[in-house]
Amino acid sequence: MNRYATSLLAIVKREALRFIHQRERFIAALVRPLVWLLVFAAGFRAALGLSIIPPYQTYITYETYIVPGLCGMILLFNGMQSSLSLVYDREMGSMKLLLTSPLPRWWLLFSKLVGSTAISVLQVYAFLAIAAVFGVSMPVPGYLAVLPALIVGGIMLGALGLLLSSFISQLENFAGVMNFVIFPMFFLSSALYPLWKMAESSQLLYTICALNPFTHAVELIRFALYLDFNGSALIWTVLAATVFTCAALWGYKPSRTSEGRKP
Amino acid sequence: MNGLKVSELSFSYGTKPALENVSLEVPAGRFCALLGPNGAGKSTLFALLTRLLSSPGGRIQIAGHDLTKTPGAALSKLGIVFQQPTLDLDLSVRQNLSYFAALHGIAGRDATRRIDAALDKLAMLERATEKARNLNGGHRRRAEIARALIHDPAVLLLDEPTVGLDAAARASITGHVHQLSKEGTTVLWATHLTDEVGRDDQLVILHQARVLAQGRCEEVCGDAPLADRFLTLTAQPR
Repeated sequence: MNRYATSLLAIVKREALRFIHQRERFIAALVRPLVWLLVFAAGFRAALGLSIIPPYQTYITYETYIVPGLCGMILLFNGMQSSLSLVYDREMGSMKLLLTSPLPRWWLLFSKLVGSTAISVLQVYAFLAIAAVFGVSMPVPGYLAVLPALIVGGIMLGALGLLLSSFISQLENFAGVMNFVIFPMFFLSSALYPLWKMAESSQLLYTICALNPFTHAVELIRFALYLDFNGSALIWTVLAATVFTCAALWGYKPSRTSEGRKP
Repeated sequence: MNGLKVSELSFSYGTKPALENVSLEVPAGRFCALLGPNGAGKSTLFALLTRLLSSPGGRIQIAGHDLTKTPGAALSKLGIVFQQPTLDLDLSVRQNLSYFAALHGIAGRDATRRIDAALDKLAMLERATEKARNLNGGHRRRAEIARALIHDPAVLLLDEPTVGLDAAARASITGHVHQLSKEGTTVLWATHLTDEVGRDDQLVILHQARVLAQGRCEEVCGDAPLADRFLTLTAQPR
């Protein structure tokens, strides 16, 4: 095994070990979307009428509609959680260990991204399994077809977390991320309501939702779960992932840290 | 050249200079103490030597490799013990060392052999399976030094490695690292404690971003004790 693969495996294994050690994080990551699915959706199913829109072939319940959005929510929260871990690692010093490895920095950060995405995807599958137990299920092959969509979406949101971590200097600043990144991204997307509903109330909000990369990640997941393919969602998500990754790599360049802050 | 060479290195945080035109050379297999009061620029120098920061001016060579031009080759020759503890407390000593070995591309039986040898060198082999959280401060530091040796570095950097340790642990760690330099490893040891520097050690005194004196400790101090010489030098206004 070459040294690139060795380091990748070690970084992914460490992410997994850290996740196992934080059982509360796993439980919180599962409870959050389940509360939305079993409580919020139950309350809103009567209020929101859904027409037949692709990829659905027939009328669906609201619970069914929001499952892909909740999968996206898990990826989003986990991306931000890994960002929080990175800021914590930097404050605690263990980030230094990673960044002083002789392997290229882009590879080390990409390995981190792969590790956090792997954890996110496992959490999504745990959520989908519990949702199925509660009667909200998808076509069986959809569970397999959604895997690449989850990976692409997970990498995009993990890269966003990586990017944020390169700019957030202290853990205390992290609350702002919740207010200014997670909530707007989630609510200004197609996760909870179809975009045509949003267009009915405000054209501006509709435009923002349509530009939000999280919308496209959710739609990519939604279509894949129903064995359908959404090309534009894929292009948008990959494009956003590329932009976020490049910006994060720039953010972690040694020369950038010279601009006024200690490592 | 298996040692460490720094030429005309400058660095500032915004407009505040942290290092000004710093040059130093540690020949292969020498123990060099980088002595300076708090805020002298030691940690900034270490951040530059480890490429956590980079400076447009100056040059750093580690075992003959230019850190800017060939960072991978230079970092592969460098062992680092940071001032801040960097062990994952939830993992065992061996797991911590294995993770580090993998970051250097070392795995499998080769990693096991190297980890055993490094732990043995620091008299930590019997603690390999203990969780880092259960070790005392001195043992944690020894585990970190062992970790820094896994890939057989030519140059070992230690940034105030005895901070927070009791006298016995300090003496033990200082002794271990002096022994490593006798075995051929080039050592740069940052400290603000004069009693960690031997008369035969090489010495660089850093103060307010500049090198005030360097050479063999005996040459820098003359007949005066190092503590007195250090206080005299750093008391002078720039």
